[in-house]
Amino acid sequence: MSDEVLLEVKQLVKYFDVFSRGVFTRKKVGEVHAVDGVSFAIKRGETFGLVGESGCGKTTTAKVILNLEDATSGTVNFEGRDVFELLKSGKRSDILQIRRGMQMVFQNPYLSLDPRMTVFDILSEPFIIHGHIGRSDWTARVYELLTKVGLEPYHAERYPHEFSGGQRQRIAIARALAVEPKFIAADEPVSSLDVSIRAQILNLMMELQRDQKISYLYISHDLSSVRQISHRVAVMYLGEIVELANTDSLFEHPLHPYTQALISAIPIPDPETKRQRIILPGEVPSPLNPPPACRFHPRCPYAQEICRTVKPVFEQVDTDHFVACHFWKKFA
Amino acid sequence: MEDLLKVEDLRTYFFTEAGVVKAVDGISLDVRKGESHGLVGESGSGKSVTALSVMRIVPKPGKIVGGKISFDGTDLLTLKEDDMRRVRGSKIAMVFQDPISSLDPLYTVGKQLIEAIRANNETVSKEQARDMAISLLSNVEISEPERRFNQYPHELSGGMKQRIAIARALARTPTLLFADEPTTNLDVTIQAQVLNLMKDLKKNFNMTLVLITHDMGIIAEMTSRVTVVYAGQVSESAETHTLFYHPTHPYTEALLKAVPRLDKRKQLQSVGGNIPNLIDPPTGCRFHPRCPYAIQICKEKVPDYEEVETDHFVACHRWKELSLVGVQ
Repeated sequence: MSDEVLLEVKQLVKYFDVFSRGVFTRKKVGEVHAVDGVSFAIKRGETFGLVGESGCGKTTTAKVILNLEDATSGTVNFEGRDVFELLKSGKRSDILQIRRGMQMVFQNPYLSLDPRMTVFDILSEPFIIHGHIGRSDWTARVYELLTKVGLEPYHAERYPHEFSGGQRQRIAIARALAVEPKFIAADEPVSSLDVSIRAQILNLMMELQRDQKISYLYISHDLSSVRQISHRVAVMYLGEIVELANTDSLFEHPLHPYTQALISAIPIPDPETKRQRIILPGEVPSPLNPPPACRFHPRCPYAQEICRTVKPVFEQVDTDHFVACHFWKKFA
Repeated sequence: MEDLLKVEDLRTYFFTEAGVVKAVDGISLDVRKGESHGLVGESGSGKSVTALSVMRIVPKPGKIVGGKISFDGTDLLTLKEDDMRRVRGSKIAMVFQDPISSLDPLYTVGKQLIEAIRANNETVSKEQARDMAISLLSNVEISEPERRFNQYPHELSGGMKQRIAIARALARTPTLLFADEPTTNLDVTIQAQVLNLMKDLKKNFNMTLVLITHDMGIIAEMTSRVTVVYAGQVSESAETHTLFYHPTHPYTEALLKAVPRLDKRKQLQSVGGNIPNLIDPPTGCRFHPRCPYAIQICKEKVPDYEEVETDHFVACHRWKELSLVGVQ
């Protein structure tokens, strides 16, 4: 991993409009605050973990970064260039270049591969679009990709349904690699796979990173795998990042009460580890109408008056450790 | 402790067009009164089908083709359907993985609970049932039970739906509860709530729990004994602590090595290969194609299910010579 920043996300906001249901009328009645002012930077060759519960906005963050959804506001810089600006007004060659640099691997490999295309077609389609590989080299390149992700060249003639979930996820990774990207957003890439298969995919991702210096945005609700694979981790709650730190300090010295609860909630596969568990009351509130000030206050065991009225600043508390909580000193 | 449930050499096959899927192919299981027994395995290992077989609710084209299931001294497989219906709910109940599809969207929460309370039990009047339903709702720690009583499932969150499903399973105070991946679809903070609730309920209702899961963390935390299943057969069974610290089956070892831990970073060692196809399972030991210790005999002969020590059984040809590594 180098110190050079590859991708920088600044004050990213994504609201989804909510409409009332009428026969002929559509009236905007509210907004889902899916992502609300998220900022972070990912370095070259780094794995940046993004964790949180369902509905906290982690997937939307990735989709907006790759411009699969339009951002409401905010910017994304990739290799120092404004991605949204380039995609909006840029030349086709610029757009293709950005798209080649950033790829995504989705959660469900049963839905993300076209069932009517052979693996060869799936892996060579990026060559047609980007034209970076001459036609005579396609076969060799496809075989190379397959070998790289631990499959065999003869798999190229097969269709997705002939593969198991783990193998399909390998194909999805190979497809992302086909354009030689510098950045891959992996959205829960192992959560639909069986336990014994998950380690295969995580190890594959780490190997590829070592060989090709790829940066990952690793999105997951599974904190154990995040700890395994990430260099730094950000914790999201209701569209906001509440804590960001390098992996070891986040897991060993969590400063935000939500991070603490999240970590204590994960069962550890060791019967001799007995831990005090923090049980949060209630459920994640609706992002349609998030609580004022600190969004976590209705569930926070330490909440005081100030948490209901003043929004906590996202402040730096140590090298590479940021937190948004009025009372972080209490936990330091 | 005595056995509450004893499953011997259970075979449940699914007769599909593609062939016979031997989902459960000789699983044995003994669950003692009052314990929390973990049934761990990956998808397609037969853990859910085992539970469905005990309840005798295997969906078509599945059929129980062999074995013996005795529950509290009764042979469940020879019971008449009418008698079995009396066992279901009142003696053995089940909580499913997906609360969205296990609750009926057309009926209110209250109606579904009352139905469960009064099933085969007409001595309870509707008014009594209503009171019981409300107290069940507070048992599963649902806030404002009176209001929830009249709501429909779609008005509730996933965690709350699972609580309702648990309440419904408890309606007739069963002695044995199967919980099939009860928290897999829930968020981690909600999972923690539901696991805690299940611990309390087990104590308060004096139940025996069979917890089906693929999560070794939940096994470590919730159970006292474990049975590990692989491809429709039992590979190892032991007390939870023994299984984690002194595994004797290579599959158990592989599972422990492949699972990441939250409290420390470790080198993940992946298990090669894929989960076998149960229409045409591997010969001999079913784990042999993925087993790092496999030798010729493993390909040819099905291993016996042998006793390692009291309460510890394993089905592996080489358990005596291998020294496997557990949790470190």
